[in-house]
Amino acid sequence: MKRALHAEWTKMRTVAGPLWLLLGTVAATVSLSAVAASLANCTATGCGGDTAKLALVGVYLGQAPVAILGVLVIGGEYGSGMIRTTLAAMPRRTTVLTAKAVALTGSVAVGGTVAVLGAVLAGRLVLPDAGDRALSLSDGPTLRAVFGTVLYLILIGLLSLGVAAAVRDSATGIGVVLGLLYVVPIVSQTISDPGWRRLLEKMAPMTSGLAVQATTDLGSLPIGPWAGLGVTAGWAIATLLVGGLLLRTRDA
Amino acid sequence: MISVVTSRRAGQRVGRDGFLEVLHAEWTKFRTVRGRLIGMVVAAMLLLLFAVLTGVSSHQKGAPPVPIGPGSEPVTDSFYFVHQPVSDNGSITVSVSALKSSIPKGPGDLRPGLVPWAKAGLIIKQSTRQGSPYAAIMVTGAHGVRMQDAYVNDTAGPPGLVSGESPRRLRLDRSGDMITGYASADGAHWTKVGTARVSGLGPTPQIGVFVASPPALDGMGTAGSVSTAVFADLRVQGGRADGRWTGDQVGPRSPTFAGYPDGTSGSVTGSDGRLTVTGAGDIAPAVRETLPTGGTLREILTGTFAALIAVIVVGALFITAEYRTKMIRLTLAANPRRSRVLVAKATVLWAVTFAAGLVGAVLAAPLGERLARSNGVHLFPVSSLTELRVVCGTAALLATAAVLALSVGAIVRHSAGAVTTVLVAIVLPYILTALPFMPASAANWLARVTPGAAFAVQQTLVDYDQVASHYTPYNGYYPLAPWAGFAVLAAYAVVCLAAAAVLLDRRDA
Repeated sequence: MKRALHAEWTKMRTVAGPLWLLLGTVAATVSLSAVAASLANCTATGCGGDTAKLALVGVYLGQAPVAILGVLVIGGEYGSGMIRTTLAAMPRRTTVLTAKAVALTGSVAVGGTVAVLGAVLAGRLVLPDAGDRALSLSDGPTLRAVFGTVLYLILIGLLSLGVAAAVRDSATGIGVVLGLLYVVPIVSQTISDPGWRRLLEKMAPMTSGLAVQATTDLGSLPIGPWAGLGVTAGWAIATLLVGGLLLRTRDA
Repeated sequence: MISVVTSRRAGQRVGRDGFLEVLHAEWTKFRTVRGRLIGMVVAAMLLLLFAVLTGVSSHQKGAPPVPIGPGSEPVTDSFYFVHQPVSDNGSITVSVSALKSSIPKGPGDLRPGLVPWAKAGLIIKQSTRQGSPYAAIMVTGAHGVRMQDAYVNDTAGPPGLVSGESPRRLRLDRSGDMITGYASADGAHWTKVGTARVSGLGPTPQIGVFVASPPALDGMGTAGSVSTAVFADLRVQGGRADGRWTGDQVGPRSPTFAGYPDGTSGSVTGSDGRLTVTGAGDIAPAVRETLPTGGTLREILTGTFAALIAVIVVGALFITAEYRTKMIRLTLAANPRRSRVLVAKATVLWAVTFAAGLVGAVLAAPLGERLARSNGVHLFPVSSLTELRVVCGTAALLATAAVLALSVGAIVRHSAGAVTTVLVAIVLPYILTALPFMPASAANWLARVTPGAAFAVQQTLVDYDQVASHYTPYNGYYPLAPWAGFAVLAAYAVVCLAAAAVLLDRRDA
């Protein structure tokens, strides 16, 4: 396992793609958050909503490079035929997928933390000083939102890895993952029945997982913060299981 | 010598192996790879699936009916009406000496001009039933005197605000179906504002003064407003009236009327000579914001977004898979005229995607509409020509996006890069314009210059100058005309295809 992990880490480290994608995550997250914060309608009493959620809104965009990275970790190997070498060197396929998942988790954790802290910093700088209601990591719910968003990014990466292992193609994998993430938030706007909308938002990986960013008005959420992240984790585990099973049973 | 032989061979090859053969070869390649056909079927199914989902998940049963105007369009017809029945021809005059509005959630004081389309004036209307025919002349918050009829017609009269020092006199003359509106600053010199033919006024239409106050734009949303007008010298000449004025709220509970702001209500006080009337609502065509429970064809076809992802993946893979498997070398060895290969690929891909999209949209649109209607949802009406445009435009949007993906795939020669680039170019603007906090200027800019402008081909809503609303892509109003928006995407696709052809010729495969 240790050697498998070392091999996967080397692959990730020595290709330019992962680093650029993680930098893309940081850039997309921080810039969208900063733009959203600068557009917010703020008064002396606050910003008329959830400040933490507003500052972290950049993740809507920043998760896309993470998803692409998750797909490419295994999909890229199918594209180049490298997967055959990998599996010849490490015949225990579950170990390969686990090592990939661990290496991905580590790199997304680092990139995601930088991105999320950058977004919070941008929010603090751009939003007018709201006194004791300002963004602060010592505030319990805000800390939960920040920490939960990093976890969310990791789960999106793992979900993408599982999907790519199942479809064995990076283009299809990216299409499936981005569809899974963005279709429900778009579609739920056209659904006028609130019961249906909440059900969809509760089940979809993005809308449920990002519930972890809410710090005010928790009662109106379709799903609680941690339970929502649990749904995303369920998606990640399910796709990893399916991907792992298919990897074990199929030819590469 | 050798060169002569080669050129003759090349000439023979063109005869035997023309464009049709290349097209046939590319069609065979498309047809025989299972994933490509699955991708097309998935795209059509997604259109259908989301149409069904949108249809069955909407629920408006038991809601009050949406008022429908004479042109069968949904209308707002809720206002405060001080009226009496009048038969025969005649005329009615009044002097308006004040029109002040307030937005209780924002600046609370009554101020003139605060709500630009606040209305106070004279109206002749078939009955107090919502959606019945009418003609009216009115002073407005900031748009001067207007004459309006049939909910959608609007004619400008003398500009300027009204006040105690400069009251505005208004007059409506009825002669059969012809209603003529006049305005005057002094009561002696009358300016004709407009004439309207109003059919269906009936034997005893209601005539009188009214006040309406539509919701005011407030940041990203709207806020309820209420307006108060002071009328004097209300006189009916000719005609047979019974002489008693009654104050009523027309359409108090209606899907196109959000109701009075908290703590306010419609009222009329004073005697025959001088009336103070307070009202809210509007007499106007309904727009997306005033009929939030309504549905549009664009929303039924919301699966276009998901189907786009599928066809973009198929389009990019149609060429990048050849690079991955090195099949491209065989293809180019068989057809040395490389740009012809690319054009053949684009033709096959466009035609197949268009067919798949057309099948999906042709099934999805009527099915989704039927399901939504059976759940009591009012759909903004579209002519069959518009419906045809939306259905064909959706198929063309999918097909052109697939060709754009093919071209980008031929340029970057890498499937992940191509899919990501095209998704960012088309899908990202769509997501960004759908964010509720996106300012209208930024959203309109995105819907004008990015390939995502092509979603304009699905618009069915009409914007009205006389209704203040957020006419943004988020609400279904696009800055470009339907086919102009589509042309933006087509231009991107053609430019990328040309660039891909040049690069394919110049580079090694």
